[in-house]
Formats: sequence, C-alpha cells, structure tokens
Amino acid sequence: MYDGGKIIAGIVIFLIFALFPIYSNIGKAYQPPKPKLDTPEIQKMVVKKCVEPKEYMIPEHMKLIVDWRDAALREAKRTYINSRGERYTISLQNTCMKCHSNKKKFCDECHKHAGVKPYCWDCHFVKEEE
Amino acid sequence: MAKAAKPPKPEEITKSLDYKKTPETHWMDTPVEFRPGMYCYGTRPKYLEEVGMPNPREWSSADEDWKLPENWKEIVLEGIADRLNKHRSFRLFMDICVRCGACADKCHFYIGTGDPKNMPVLRAELLRSVYRKYFTTGGKLLGRVAGARELTMDVFKELWYYAYQCTECRRCSVFCPYGIDTAEITIMVREIINLLGCNTDWIMGPVANCYRKGNHLGLEPHTIQSNIEMMCDDIEEITGIRIEPTFNRKGAEILFITPSGDLFGVPGVYTCMGYLMLFHELGLDYTWSTYASEGGNFGFFTSLEMAKRLYYKVYAEAERLGVKWILGGECGHMWRLWHQYLATFWKPPDNLEDPVSPITGTKFEHANSSKIVHVVEFTADLIRHGKIKLDPSRNDHLKVTFHDSCNTSRGMGFFEEPRYVIKSVCNHFYEMPENTIREKTFCCGSGSGLNSSEDMELRMRGGLPRANAVRYVHERYGVNMLANICAIDRAALPTLMQYWVPGVEVCGVHELVGNALVMTGEQKRTMDLRMEPLPGVEEEEEGEEEE
Amino acid sequence: MGVWFSLIVVIGLIVFPLIGVGLLGLNALFGIVVPYVALVVFLVGLIYRVITWGKTPVPFHIPTTCGQQKSFPWIKYSKLESPATGWEVFMRMFLEVVTFRSLFRNLRTEMGPGYRPVYGSTKWLWLAGIVFHYSFLIVLLRHLRFFRQPVPEFVSLIDSFDGFLQIGHPHLQITGVTLLLAVFYLFLRRIFIPQVKYISLPADYFPLLLIMGIAGSGILMRYFLKTDIIKVKELTMGLATLRPKVPDGIGVIFYIHLFLVSALFAYFPFSKLVHLGGIFLSPTRNLANNSRMKRHVNPWDYPVKVHTYEEYEEEFREKMKMVGIPVEKDVEEEKPEESEESEQKE
Repeated sequence: MYDGGKIIAGIVIFLIFALFPIYSNIGKAYQPPKPKLDTPEIQKMVVKKCVEPKEYMIPEHMKLIVDWRDAALREAKRTYINSRGERYTISLQNTCMKCHSNKKKFCDECHKHAGVKPYCWDCHFVKEEE
Repeated sequence: MAKAAKPPKPEEITKSLDYKKTPETHWMDTPVEFRPGMYCYGTRPKYLEEVGMPNPREWSSADEDWKLPENWKEIVLEGIADRLNKHRSFRLFMDICVRCGACADKCHFYIGTGDPKNMPVLRAELLRSVYRKYFTTGGKLLGRVAGARELTMDVFKELWYYAYQCTECRRCSVFCPYGIDTAEITIMVREIINLLGCNTDWIMGPVANCYRKGNHLGLEPHTIQSNIEMMCDDIEEITGIRIEPTFNRKGAEILFITPSGDLFGVPGVYTCMGYLMLFHELGLDYTWSTYASEGGNFGFFTSLEMAKRLYYKVYAEAERLGVKWILGGECGHMWRLWHQYLATFWKPPDNLEDPVSPITGTKFEHANSSKIVHVVEFTADLIRHGKIKLDPSRNDHLKVTFHDSCNTSRGMGFFEEPRYVIKSVCNHFYEMPENTIREKTFCCGSGSGLNSSEDMELRMRGGLPRANAVRYVHERYGVNMLANICAIDRAALPTLMQYWVPGVEVCGVHELVGNALVMTGEQKRTMDLRMEPLPGVEEEEEGEEEE
Repeated sequence: MGVWFSLIVVIGLIVFPLIGVGLLGLNALFGIVVPYVALVVFLVGLIYRVITWGKTPVPFHIPTTCGQQKSFPWIKYSKLESPATGWEVFMRMFLEVVTFRSLFRNLRTEMGPGYRPVYGSTKWLWLAGIVFHYSFLIVLLRHLRFFRQPVPEFVSLIDSFDGFLQIGHPHLQITGVTLLLAVFYLFLRRIFIPQVKYISLPADYFPLLLIMGIAGSGILMRYFLKTDIIKVKELTMGLATLRPKVPDGIGVIFYIHLFLVSALFAYFPFSKLVHLGGIFLSPTRNLANNSRMKRHVNPWDYPVKVHTYEEYEEEFREKMKMVGIPVEKDVEEEKPEESEESEQKE
C-alpha cells in the first residue's frame, strides 16, 4: 500500500501554500510607494527639512510621534527641541500635518505598503483633501 | 552457558531506581555491559537448521566472539537498506524523531531499570545513529556531530542487548506526537539480528517446534489430544459432565485455535477448560486442529517472514477442514497478528464464510474479511443475548482486576468486550489506576519472547509498573485475581505476582466464565476449575453435617 | 558539548552576513542568491524526502489503537482513537496535527513514596510545543505583508489582533514574544531535565538556537535597530516577483535576519524538522483500525517456505491413527518415493 494519490495531493497543497508569494505575484512589477512632498507648505520652504533628519524620521517617526503624544497629553509639554537645537510645537495636527497636509499621498502611501494601520486617526481629525 | 542469575530482592530494585540520574558518560561512549539476569541465551544451531535460517553454530550471547561471518557488517548494512525500502514505518521513524522525550518515561523497562538506553527514544537512537552514518549525507560527512556512529561489534551487541529489552508493547507509540512505534524498530533490529543467526534460544526453540509440530511447546498430536482429555477428566469431576471434543474433524463449522500455552501448565489449562465447557454447553460444531495448534507466533519475534511461515497453517487448515470461519483463543501477540497481519500474510481461503454466531445469529461484520473472531467477542455476544446461564456468585471468592494486554490494547483496541464478560461472570471487579490500563496499559515485562528463566531480573524489573498497579488494588480492595486475555501473561504474571505482590493469582477470562457457567445437567458445583473448594458451598455442607 | 557546538554555529551564521554585508558589501549575495537557493533547497529537499517515504510501501496494517475497536453495535467504539472509516482517520489525523493530541496525553513518571512509581499528568511540553508552532505559523503569515501588494486583508487582521495590546510603537506583537518564550522553554528543558539532556544531540539544540536567533533578530529589527521597512519590502517584493533587486540603505540587521531564515529553510530537509511532512505519513496514526473488515495487501509479498499438512501428517500419521485422529492418507503400505521438497506458498 502506498497511498500515492493522497501523498501527491498533500505535496500539491503544500506547494500551493508555500509558493503563494511567488505565483500570486507572477508577471507583476512592484511599484514601491512614492510619498509626495509637494504640499504648498513644503514648497514654500527654502531649506526643506523635517523636525529631525530624514534618515532618522524614516525608521523612527512612529516613536517620535508617540513620544510627542505622551509629552503633550501626559506631561502637558508642548515644546520639542530637536537634535539641531531648534524648537517645535508638539502637535500632530499643527506641526506634522501642517507641512504633510497630504495624508493620503504621504502617510498612507507607505503605511499601505507596509501593512501598517496607525491609530493616530482614531482620535485625530483628518482634513478633507481636495 | 552461565547459570541463570537470581534476581535481587524487590526492595533492592526499587531503591536503586533514580530517574533523575544519568550516566556520567555520553551514551555513545558508554559500552554495553551484559549483566547476567538481563538477557537470554543465544540459540542452539539445531533450531536454526530446522527452519533453514542462516549461520547456525554453537555460540553464547555472553561470549566475546559471536562467531559471525566475516562480512557481518555488510549483511547488517544491507539488511538495514533492504528494510528501509520495504517499510515506510521504519524509514519514517528513522527520520522524523525530534527527541522531545515524551516517550522516555513511558517504557516499563526504563521505569524498572532506570537505564537510559531503555528510553524508547534512545533505544531507537542506537540504530538511528548507525542509519545516519551509512544512509544520510549529514551523518556521512559530519559523523558524531550529526549523531552518527560507526557500526562495530560492540554496537551490534548493544543493538542485540536492547532489542531483547523491548517487548514491542507500543506504549511509547501512544504518547509519541508522530506515532513513532518502537516495536517497528525493534522488529527490524531483530530481523537483522536473525540474518546473522543471533536469535535467542527461548524464541528460536518455539519457532522450530511450531514450524514442524504445529505449536510452540512441540506437543505432538496424540499429546494434544491427551492433554485436552485430561482437562475433560477434571471437568467431569467438577461438573459431572463428560465432554468429547473433536480433533482435525472435517466439515465442522468452526475451527478453534488457541495458544498452545493453554494446553499445558497452569493457569493456562483452566482457561482452556473454560473454552471446552462453554463450547460443549452451546453444542458448538467446532473442531481442534493438531496441525494448526498454535495461536501465538514466536516467528513475529524473529522476523516477519518467519511469522508468515508459521501462520501458513491457520488458513491452510481452515481450508483443508472446510470450516466456515475461525475462532481464536485468548492471546496477546496472537491477536495483534491475527488482527493486523494474518490476512495480509495469507489470503483467507474461499471456503470461509462471513462469520456468524450459530447461537445468536449475530454477524461479526468487523471480521468479514479475515473471517476470524476472538473468543471473548464470541462470548460477549452470547452473554449480551442471554444465551448462557451464569452464576457469578461462584466467583465470589475472587476479587478481580483486569490486565489489558499490550497487543490487544494497542494493536486491536480490545477493551470493552473482556470487561463486559468479566463483569457478567464476577461480582467483584476493580480497575487498576487509570494511567496503567487500557491504551496506557503496562506490559507484563515478559512479552515478545522474553519470558525465559535466564533473564528473570529483566522480567521482574520490566514488570514493576504492572505489578505496582496490581499492588495498589490489592492493598486497597483486596484484589486477589489478575484476569487477562493472554497466554504469555498467564505464564509470566504468576512469577511476577509472587515477586512483587504475593497473594494475587492469575487467570484467563474464560476460566472465570467456566466457573460461572451453569451447564445443563451439571452436578452441584463444590469446587472451581482449579479444583479448589468453593468457599460458600463448603460452609453450607459443613452446616448440613452439623445438623 | 552539543549546546556549545550549536551555539558557535549559530553565531557563525550571524557573523557571516555581518561581514559579508557590513564590510564587504555583498548585498546581492545575501539579499538575492542566498534566499533563492535556500527556498529551492527547502522545497526540493522536503518534497524529495516526502516522495522517498511515499515510495516506500506500507506492507502491514499497523495503526496504534488508543481506544475501543468497532465490533458490536452495542459497544461504543472510539472514532478518534480507533477509527474505522476514512473520515474518522481524517479526524484523528486532523486533531493530531492541529492540537498535538498524542502529546496532550503525556504523563510524567516519578518515584513516589515507598519507592513506587507514580504517573501524573504533565502538559508543559504540549503547551510549549503548541505555543511554539502556532506562534511560528502566525509570525510566518504576518510576514506575508512583505510579499503581497496590496497587503491581504487577513494579514492586516492578524497583525491588528497580534498587536492588540498596543504596547510601544510599533505595537508589540504577542506571537513574537510567545515564540521566543516557547523556544526558550524547549531549550531550557534540554539543559535541565536530565533524561532529555542525555538524549539531546547537536541537531536538537541547533534548530532551537537558530530559531531564537531568527526571532531575536526580528524583534531587534522591529523595535530597536529599526531599518527602512519600505526598502525591505522593495527587496522582498523583488524576490517574490522574480525581479530581484537590492535597494540601498537597508540595515545589516535585516540581512542577518534573512540569512538566519535562509539557513533554517536550507537546513530543514536534512534535519528532524521534516516531521512537518512526516507526521502525515505515520502508519501508526493514518490507518483505520479495520484490518479484519478489509484486507490489507502487502505489495512486496513473496512466497515463503512452509510446512504443509501433508508433511506434518507424514511425520505423525501413526501417532494420529493410534489415538483416532482422522488422517488424509490411511495407507500403511509403501511410503511415497521421497518426501517432497517443502512447497513454496504464497
């Protein structure tokens, strides 16, 4: 007794699962997200800079934002001094979103790709984008 | 041959056991030590010659030189390779063990010896390490780091030693998350051992006997008949009824086969008397066979081929006698084989019909293909239909517990039928603790051909967990009778009880049936099948005398 | 000895990409070649293994019965422990695979008072095993977010459940922690339980340490040594779409993680980890207890030498006749010319 049919069926099912990432992407080219920095506020800037350098912001922005939340809400601290010694008002709405007023094309662009659903917007109001 | 060593005292054994202690040295660096009392003698050459097996010569398992052929290593390795290609279980079980250790403390030999090589996982690793060395890339390249080791004479002897410290009881396989069955591995190791003629005398003798004379004990036809007639004499004395069983009778409806242990020696014969009385009372149209006079099969402890050769007689005799179906007696490994192997070894002959009880009309549909029915199934059905009259009070002097035999438990799933029968014929029945019965039952310690006298210490150690559970019900409920459905149990357990739990006797289920069975026209019973006075009756008589 | 050896190998596997990517800049080797090779070795190796098992026949019908057989209608039989039909076997296997039923039965033997062995229930191994395997499964599924665009809804769902405690940022994912804890427990029992220590081989410590390395590097990368995840996805999507590329600016921690995962995949088919496939083929579990109802055929069955009734009667005829046991040939005259050679029967 061999049960060959069942074994082959098992192997096929295994391959269906194991190779899902490959065959489901066949022929597709991946377009990496392109977060847009072309808001009027940013275009107005002479030296284009964020609260911290880009290299820090990309991996650590979530930490900075949560630290800001804690500072503002739990310690009533509304001023942030960055690594360059500059002062910023701690506010998602009035600091971050002032420049990055394009949530869909800036925040969501990457978050969607990374499968991340930040809970910022559970509380914060998003301005209608035109 | 060394004289059989006496086992140490029971408390010496238990006090020496410490499961938390492991040897100082790695198991690969701990050579096997052949301790007298823990192994059996090597086979005499004549037995090998009688069945045409390789390398017959005078040798002893205690010797340094086992007188193996020069190319023994090749033979072993080819033997492994051959079996890897024939048995999925073997190949798979060599590959997938993760050594989680769930099996480790499930083996009765480990519990009784504390020897880590008796942990099922390590018993298998003894061979697995050789498998890795010669059959896997990792093992070939990395050697010991990959858990591989060379096959040397010491390694072969170690395989031998521990293959005969496993009773193929399958308890480990119940707990293994992948169902790895050490019995499968032990069977393979023993087959390989037999390629070099290194079987034990205690197994090979019965095999040779059974091959030529039809049964393990080597009883010749006239002896079988006279043994059974002697039992009939006893039955006549007990019941006043003369039973005339038939032998090799053509045209009988049913062929009855039981292990030859039931034909010789106590308490097996009492079980046999139970069968005889029951069949007589029913007027069953059945016959004994002197040719197929063995239900058991020590070939199974030798090689599957030998098991097949010995079992040729079962269906061949059923065909020759022209019976309709086959009824099998109480036996453990016999039923593992009859249930799981026999119909694969040999195709049931065409003259056999779907088994039907001539008394109740019950169709044994679960045996429609193999045409073999267990006598306890047969009796349970009779009782269920109220076809026999029983007086359970005749067993009132007994407080009974039931030992599930390994083979019928884990190789058949036979739990309720024997309990139903026992509870119908006895008023006092007590179960042993939950973790020691049914699928978790412990071996008697003497199964798979280890019930010899020279390995007595091994048997007493291996039987410790079983005996310990009996002791529990003995002390708690006063249990004095250990019932079972296995001929090896009936042969081995009395010694075990004497050693660990004096005061408990051993019987087959059909002995209890025979005691309780009210036979048509019988005289008033004053003794049980052991011809010991029935306590209640004796008092009554004495009372009468006083009047 | 096994522990140290395994530890050194795992450290080696960490140092390798550290040097290869960190110093030598072999990003393409570690980001493209190694994962592809590992995947191919994994798939081909595992399937080869399963096919090798599959080509080996099951000559005998050997289920381990852990419950009452099917016999009479008035005796309830155990459908899961002693299955009689294919469907019941399926259920037994299903529960074995998804709930580790056999391991759940586990008992611990200890020497009780009066030097009598006692058997108690113990579920720790089962618990650690089940936590480990399910955590690993969920972690694997979560990683699908790197291999699909858009990210499948079920992956996001798993993600949000897994991180529902909303601790830290990014949210702490429970399975990452439970995976690490379970593996750590499995590792500790190999060190501290004497019997388990005695049977453990390097091949037992190595996968545990390797998985600790994988989970550790993953957790490190997610919470502490963060790297540009969008670039990482560019790389993984390149692998998935078979248009591989290695974007600049991915931290070396990612390459360490990826290399350890690749090592695990490549090691898989050559190790005990093949129990993943093996469990489905185990003949003591995947056969119905119906061998008296349905004949099991052994494909390599061969004729064997047997002792026939004729030979038997030849030897014992006189003794049989003496006590009145019927015989086939009631002849007293000359015996057949020669006793025939034993027949070969199949």
